[in-house]
Amino acid sequence: MTTKVVMEALSPTMEEGRLVEWKKGEGEPVAVGDVLAEVETDKAVMELVARTGGTLLKQVVPAGATVPVSELVALIGEPGESVDNGKPARAQEQGTQPAPGRNQPTSMPPAPEPSPRAASGSAGASGPAVKPTAGQAAPSTPAAAATPAGAAAGRIKASPLARRIAAERGIDLTAVSGSGPEGRVVLRDLEGAAAAETPAGGRSPAASAAPAAAPAAAAAPVAPRIVVPPSDGAPYTDVPLTQLRKTIARRLVQSIGPIPTFYLTTEVDMERAWDAREALKTLGDGPKVSFNDIILKAVASALRQHPACNAWWQDDRIRYWHEIHVSMAVAIEDGLITPVIRHTDRKSLREIAAEAQDLAARARSRRLTPEEYTGGTFSVSNLGMLDIDEFTAVINPPETGILAVGRIVDKPVAHDGQVALRRRMRLTMSCDHRVIDGATGAQFLKTLKAMLENPLVLVW
Amino acid sequence: MAVVTYRDALNQALREEMQRDPDVFLMGEEVGVYQGAYKVSRGLLEEFGPMRVVDTPITELGFAGVGVGAAMVGLRPVIEFMTWNFALLAIDQLVNSAAKMRYMSAGQIGVPAVFRGPGGAALQLAAQHSQAFESFYAHIPGLKVVTPATPADAKGLLKSAIRDDDPVVFMEGEMLYNLKGEVPDGEHVVPLGRADVKRAGRDVTIVCHSKTVAVALKAAETLAKEEVDAEVLDLRTIRPLDTAALLESVAKTHRCVVAEEGWPFAGVGAQVVDTIQREAFDELDAPVLRVTGADVPMPYNKQLERAAKVDAPKVVAAARSVLYRD
Repeated sequence: MTTKVVMEALSPTMEEGRLVEWKKGEGEPVAVGDVLAEVETDKAVMELVARTGGTLLKQVVPAGATVPVSELVALIGEPGESVDNGKPARAQEQGTQPAPGRNQPTSMPPAPEPSPRAASGSAGASGPAVKPTAGQAAPSTPAAAATPAGAAAGRIKASPLARRIAAERGIDLTAVSGSGPEGRVVLRDLEGAAAAETPAGGRSPAASAAPAAAPAAAAAPVAPRIVVPPSDGAPYTDVPLTQLRKTIARRLVQSIGPIPTFYLTTEVDMERAWDAREALKTLGDGPKVSFNDIILKAVASALRQHPACNAWWQDDRIRYWHEIHVSMAVAIEDGLITPVIRHTDRKSLREIAAEAQDLAARARSRRLTPEEYTGGTFSVSNLGMLDIDEFTAVINPPETGILAVGRIVDKPVAHDGQVALRRRMRLTMSCDHRVIDGATGAQFLKTLKAMLENPLVLVW
Repeated sequence: MAVVTYRDALNQALREEMQRDPDVFLMGEEVGVYQGAYKVSRGLLEEFGPMRVVDTPITELGFAGVGVGAAMVGLRPVIEFMTWNFALLAIDQLVNSAAKMRYMSAGQIGVPAVFRGPGGAALQLAAQHSQAFESFYAHIPGLKVVTPATPADAKGLLKSAIRDDDPVVFMEGEMLYNLKGEVPDGEHVVPLGRADVKRAGRDVTIVCHSKTVAVALKAAETLAKEEVDAEVLDLRTIRPLDTAALLESVAKTHRCVVAEEGWPFAGVGAQVVDTIQREAFDELDAPVLRVTGADVPMPYNKQLERAAKVDAPKVVAAARSVLYRD
């Protein structure tokens, strides 16, 4: 008799887990309670524990694979028992045997409630409420590892046939919408999913025997999006989403809409920037430098220090750009457009000013080429000239941050122990919380504020 | 191949087996002079005489017991019950004697008897005479239960039942006696324990037996118009159940409806569903549904009787449900 080991719901909200590392090799003896593998859940790295003894006959999925809850990951049986393509002739799911202690739920600590704050809003400097401490918090008993509540939360309704076929073809059941009663996934739902997947990925059923060997391909189908890169072969780093990042993204989108945005506001003392601009004006040999040009330059320099804010959301990954291309919002007749200043961080204020003037003029006369208004990595929108104190700007996807710039206004503030009139400006940054967390955005904004309050660093 | 009625096919089987084996004899109410309440034994008294075609008083327990005794000493009795409703009086002989004898004699004494007669509902025979008792007898270890649906199967299965060395409960369909069908010429024997695909299909398996085979075939025709290709699997023998055929069909169609004339509770379908969910769990795309007679004594009222019986629209509805088409 072979026993199937399936991915267990190791947290109340877990729907899939990434098998980080096998702790038992094929052919190794296994006792009840032995750690078979480490699994990264949406919250932490946990241990997948054997519920039956024997020999680990087969690791059905490789380390690194992402596996939906209740899908097959391994087989335990008698030494030398034959395993046919990972499908034993007769197998019993290990979940069907009640885990020790399962029958006495009252004797166990209550399953932790999924914290609604786990990833909501601007967690701010206090950090996310969920601490994904790798290797820690592994449950000491198998019973605690699979609480009934967790199993219920992670359960996908699917017919036995649909489950089997999905496992064989490597279809992620969480990505399939069921048409049966109460959303049950049945065979016909899978036929659609399989058909959509096979031509796109060119994956033969045999090649996908290990269900989640390619987690990216197995994940929800990526919505087609035309992305024009800033320049040919522009360098970037793609970082696959961790389980934590996926959970944050999924929950925030449920909460607030397709782009879960939060806002950070700070007030900047612009006295020195004002002086700097006056000084530059007296040079009189180049383009007139605006405050917006100074802000563009400062934003680019701050992004260089905070690459986490120079990123695109790519559905199954986050793309961190190695180059900085700041978009600037330009109001035009019946609309607006965001021309891009390429390599903003590498350009002098004079170059930025000249380019910004040219782009804005051509934007208003609608003579921009598509290459000139796509491919930005961060945006700046300024309504200060229209006497707006502060506002929130809408993120321009796939970018994940935009800075809204208010007017510079004389305000009585505490300065050097006295109340003084100072030129002040309010900045509000809109952040895509799937990519930028509260603290990340705040640190970027702090750097930006420091640069604007001491513009000399811009030439440093 | 000759086209004969179900009743004549049974007559052929009796005649051929009595000709083949002098130990075979027929006994029951009105089987001789009257030639059978349903004329199954027509001409047999004339051909084989009163020693081998024996009329009995209206004493079901008594002549069933005589049959068991005759079988124990080496004869091969065929005991006819006028209907299986009346055989309730004889059930002690079947359950406590016929089914147990081989076991309790440590294999020394077998009971090679056939108990046969019509079962199930006809038309307006009311609560006491409209009952399908397959599951009663199939419950008993030591009994075989056979339920032919066609003339060919009636003949072939009765011949196998008579030749079998253990007691066989052979349940005919009262409404099937006039059914005509092709019966292979010459020696035609259908082994016990083998189901038969009466109509091959891809989309849903309709498991049935006896009268529900015709119902299932009719349902399959309706379903075909909806581009549903139903497979009709006739169990033919309830016990031993042809598990392999069931699983093979469900592995092909992934959806199953079980139709039977009897009541739902602990019925034949319950056993079929149990087998499928245990042995073919990973093949199922939907829960197996059952269509049974209503869970009430059969009403005499014509409209209520119709409502209580299994019919093709009920089977079609169940098939649509397991196909997620409703």
